Amino acid sequence: MPLPADVDTSSPRHLRDKYAIVGVGETTYTRGSGMTTRSLGTWAVRNAILDAGLKPADIDGMLSYQSGDSTFAPFIAGDLGIRLNFYMDVFGGGSSTEALVGIAMGVIEAGMCKTVAIFRAMNGFSQVRIGGTGARSAVPVSSDMLHSRAYGWQSAGQMFSPTFLRHMYDYGTTPAQVAAVRATHSAHASNNPKAYYKKRVSVEDVLASRIICKPLHLLDCCVETDNATAIIVTGADRAKDGRHRPALIRGVAGRVCKPRIDMHYQHGPISTVAGKYAREILWPNAGVGPEDVDVTGSYDAFTFTTMLQLEDYGFCKKGEGGQYVSDGTIRLGGKRPNNTSGGHLCEGYTHGMNMVIENVRQLRHDVDDSCPVGSDGKRKHTYDYKEGGCRQVRDCEVSANLGWAMPGTGSAMVMRRG
Amino acid sequence: MPIQAQYLGMPLSLDDLEVENLAFFKHCAEHDFHLQACADCNLLRYPPTTACPWCMSRDAKWVPVEGKGAVHSYTEVHHAIQPAFKAHTPYLVLLVDLDRQLGKPTEHDALRVVGNLATSDGKLAPPEMVKRVGIGTRVRMVFTDVAPGLALPQWTIDDTAKQPDKPWRYPQE
Ligand SMILES: [Zn+2]
Ligand SMILES: [Zn+2]
Repeated sequence: MPLPADVDTSSPRHLRDKYAIVGVGETTYTRGSGMTTRSLGTWAVRNAILDAGLKPADIDGMLSYQSGDSTFAPFIAGDLGIRLNFYMDVFGGGSSTEALVGIAMGVIEAGMCKTVAIFRAMNGFSQVRIGGTGARSAVPVSSDMLHSRAYGWQSAGQMFSPTFLRHMYDYGTTPAQVAAVRATHSAHASNNPKAYYKKRVSVEDVLASRIICKPLHLLDCCVETDNATAIIVTGADRAKDGRHRPALIRGVAGRVCKPRIDMHYQHGPISTVAGKYAREILWPNAGVGPEDVDVTGSYDAFTFTTMLQLEDYGFCKKGEGGQYVSDGTIRLGGKRPNNTSGGHLCEGYTHGMNMVIENVRQLRHDVDDSCPVGSDGKRKHTYDYKEGGCRQVRDCEVSANLGWAMPGTGSAMVMRRG
Repeated sequence: MPIQAQYLGMPLSLDDLEVENLAFFKHCAEHDFHLQACADCNLLRYPPTTACPWCMSRDAKWVPVEGKGAVHSYTEVHHAIQPAFKAHTPYLVLLVDLDRQLGKPTEHDALRVVGNLATSDGKLAPPEMVKRVGIGTRVRMVFTDVAPGLALPQWTIDDTAKQPDKPWRYPQE
């Protein structure tokens, strides 16, 4: 049977605004959760279902990501009385959230299920430490790892640093410019009661903290926390009756890679990251460009990852990322704030999902916990970004999340206010 | 033959399925650096792989490659996480552009070979030597003997080469 003329089968762009994130939920961001990842995941998914105004019977798909450090979707589903028509637990950390949103859209589009819960549950401090210390640091070195770990080249910071340093060499990026990312995100976190680190720090504090591996100071690195996070993806038609305004998904790019991602940087320029390739998928699919975006969620495993991605997705000219992250643009009150929750540097480490949750709430115009709720049930924002104050971005309509796995792999998603 | 060895108190192993890696490290153990050259497109590749990343050919032969080049980038580790390296900080992990095949097949490609900065006898470099190295420093390959059939390729400052006036180092010492 011929397709209707208005369906463009040559591109995925007809999925624009067809799917939405309708519920978000998390546990406390903490160290020493005192819970299994199964319990953490159960709480987060439950919170997301309640936030969406749904019942367990409304959820029939589930996705999770992990790296041998978490529980599996069918357990969480069973514990919450959810019968699944589809589930998948994939391997991976950063860059998974946006990629799995795309998978959720795909399986719903394929008719395999109707509403998908996506979760990440981890004891990133008290069990499998994200920084790679503890038990993870002392595993025997075998096979291809002889070309990396045998050289003391193992943790994420150690593995990514050649890219970070080379960016400084190629473009004159300075330590102070990059440290501004931590200072900015810490200011945002000071307005977020949920954040693990709520104390504001200065550029000088970052530069005075001890060197872990050049160019990374301690405060250039993210926090390790125990937590779970969850989001609910469903069709925009179903989203209309939800508890909140939906965050409509404009477009996704999932785990886009540079050539030769074996981590030995055979293909350069090594100061360019996967965003250079992902942006060719993201912006055309979303039908918007960087200039249309009101708030970003550029992954901050390290201060540098935020900077590199904003640059390679085209928020500034190539090489000007240091300027972009230090001139006030990414601060609340600036032109395009980044990680208004404090992100991985301050709020908590969830391999990207908390940054998506934050932007969903930004698009609902209900991001903060301190502004009063009016008699109409709506949050009355002060837009006063002083410590402990508001963190809502004014007139927030379009968001972009930029997920990072490593210099060679990234994912992204654009959402708009429904 | 599988290899099980200790290096800095860290267990290193290669089982006998690791055909390409066993061949790579065997040449290193003979202090004779070799890389795979594709039998079809002739391009060299690193690290060892089963197929050619340029043309997908399965056929390659091991050819000797001169271990000389310049530092492309690096990290200088002050806080080691692996127990084996805690007594050796600060140490440098160098990403070195080999002179051979530099800028081929495209201007962005190079054989970038990882190694620590080491002394000429393959021991991790002392702090005063670490301070002399940055992006652009000319280096030559040396080897750290670990076990029969296994030596790690490493890098040391090439005293015979013309060095840049001032190699680029991270501004904070
Ligand atoms: Zn507010
Ligand atoms: Zn070939």
